[in-house]
Amino acid sequence: MKPDRETVRGHLHAMLRIRRFEEKCAELYGAGLIRGFLHLYIGEEAVAAGVVPRIAPGDAILATYREHGHALLRGIPARQIMAEMYGKQEGCSHGRGGSMHLFDVSRRFYGGNAIVAGALPMAVGFGLGDRMRGTGAVTACFFGEGAVAEGEFHEAANLASLWKLPVLFCCENNLYAMGTALDRSEADTDLCEKARSYRMEARSVDGMDVFAVAEAARAALEYVRSGAGPLFLELKTYRFRAHSMFDPELYRSREEVEAWRERCPIESLKRTASAAGLLTDEDVASIERAIATEIDDAVAFAEAGTWEPVDTLARDVYARASGGSS
Amino acid sequence: MTDTVRMTYREALRQGLLAALRRDPTVFLMGEDVGRYGGTYAVSKGFLEEFGEDRIRDAPLSESGFVGAGIGAALNGLKPVVEVMTVNFSLLALDQIVNNAATLRHMSGGQINVPVVIRMTTGGGRQLAAQHSHSLEGWYAHVPGLRIVAPATHADAYGMILAALDDPDPVIIFEHAMLLNVEGELAAEPGPVDLDRAAVRRGGSHATVVTYGGSVPKALEAAGELAKEGIEAEVVDLRSLRPLDDATVMASVRKTHRVVIVDEGWKSGSLSAEIMARIVEQAFFDLDAPMIRVCSEEVPVPYARHLEEAALPQVADVVAAVRQVVA
Ligand SMILES: Cc1ncc(C[n+]2csc(CCOP(=O)(O)OP(=O)(O)O)c2C)c(N)n1
Repeated sequence: MKPDRETVRGHLHAMLRIRRFEEKCAELYGAGLIRGFLHLYIGEEAVAAGVVPRIAPGDAILATYREHGHALLRGIPARQIMAEMYGKQEGCSHGRGGSMHLFDVSRRFYGGNAIVAGALPMAVGFGLGDRMRGTGAVTACFFGEGAVAEGEFHEAANLASLWKLPVLFCCENNLYAMGTALDRSEADTDLCEKARSYRMEARSVDGMDVFAVAEAARAALEYVRSGAGPLFLELKTYRFRAHSMFDPELYRSREEVEAWRERCPIESLKRTASAAGLLTDEDVASIERAIATEIDDAVAFAEAGTWEPVDTLARDVYARASGGSS
Repeated sequence: MTDTVRMTYREALRQGLLAALRRDPTVFLMGEDVGRYGGTYAVSKGFLEEFGEDRIRDAPLSESGFVGAGIGAALNGLKPVVEVMTVNFSLLALDQIVNNAATLRHMSGGQINVPVVIRMTTGGGRQLAAQHSHSLEGWYAHVPGLRIVAPATHADAYGMILAALDDPDPVIIFEHAMLLNVEGELAAEPGPVDLDRAAVRRGGSHATVVTYGGSVPKALEAAGELAKEGIEAEVVDLRSLRPLDDATVMASVRKTHRVVIVDEGWKSGSLSAEIMARIVEQAFFDLDAPMIRVCSEEVPVPYARHLEEAALPQVADVVAAVRQVVA
């Protein structure tokens, strides 16, 4: 399939939104306005840009603590995400969750989960829900390759495959789980083989190539939606920044990081699309301008946001109020 | 006076572990990112270079697997120190800890000892939201067969790891994350510490503040403020959460007759409830006022800073509680 101008612009816009949004977050973190942990997705944008827009509105998404990009592309307004980062009550999780716990159930975005592999068994349950209710919807669950070492991955993979559930397992393989390289944590580094051992369809794609990811995601979602069972999609990518905001990065060499930076999904797209005559400098400039406006607006919204009064601290622990005192 | 060295709590933990690894070749450290990364909290920084990959063993994200492996290695001649990054992730290893480490000696009719040491950080206060801010040491303290300790001072940060390794039973060490950067003095040649006794960290005659771990500095700060008003609060650091040193607690209660308990866990079904119950059982007639607990609000810890502060015990809460109990 030959890309056209619109597709190129769409992919670039999606990836740049994530990149610029997160660069702003890093800056705000430095200024102490965003706190806690902040895990940047910078370098991995082609994954969310390729997969998330292909997921239908009725489908569900479960993600990790590294989920700003997925949340943005799912359509949660940047203002609400930024307000959440600030801890303001106008945030998408009302200031209760922060960076690692973006939620928007109206968009079927069931959160960033901060326990590695914690969302995987729940994704199985989402699949069960769609299958038993006959909704025709599917669930996409994002997780890092580090999660594959957890028992929860294996239990979830087996259950999903055993019950032939409509779940797309998106494994964002950025080669490191904090400081632990894949080959220091897996006896067999072929992640697809693990999924296949549960008789699950498994595919691997270059996660730095947004076109390849988009096509793989389209095909994978079609497969899962057809009722054939779950699918494991490995997206080979790399995080350019520290694991969170502080990380001495003793575990990988500067050369390795530089080599991957050469493959930056945004720069690659710009290069190839320009060479093919599908992208002009003015295209890029106008995309940048639109994003800058969106981010300025998000920051202004977050700044103007309000702190929830402390007297409602204990709300949202239970859905039903009961008589006792806790 | 003996010489002391000024350092962070983190460095005291590091020195203790270093001493443990140097004195006994069967001691090894295992956990996520303990080696290459240098330790999530830099406690094991430089260890890989000194001791090699066998003894500073990086483990994949497999909490149940490597905690269980630590228990097995302990049964089979080694002295494992298993680091679970935080108490939050130890929930994935709960089965191995509660069903294996805690029971094997008893179930085997006393044939087996389980000399495993498990370390983990605990507590909130860093705006990490609900899944990363738990204080679940009270849960572990519910379980017979486990020894639970919470070093609050530099001497304990250094010494408890050594004492734990000398102990034939499974010991879990809870290191409060907010203590890591706290500066303090450690003896140049630190002596041994025990795992069993509570310690009076500040003497006082008007009220007893019973606490442990990350709440100890808060209680001491509160006591300092109260002293300015002429209220002398005695601060008892439990040190061991299981078994509990009732004698030290009751001796203080019999002296002051008034009690405040500070525990970062939630109140319901908590360690603070257990301490209160024991005081009622053993020293009821010595009490001059109802006891007060300062605990976390019954809510998952929220992200926003002002809400998190409101959810966790603060110095001002302790001050207010002591004032109330002596009023
Ligand atoms: C069960 C559990 N153990 C440990 C951690 C601490 N931790 C947070 S992220 C992380 C690395 C995860 O790596 P990976 O799954 O590859 O995702 P990435 O961060 O690379 O996106 C670790 C060890 C955690 N959050 N949950």
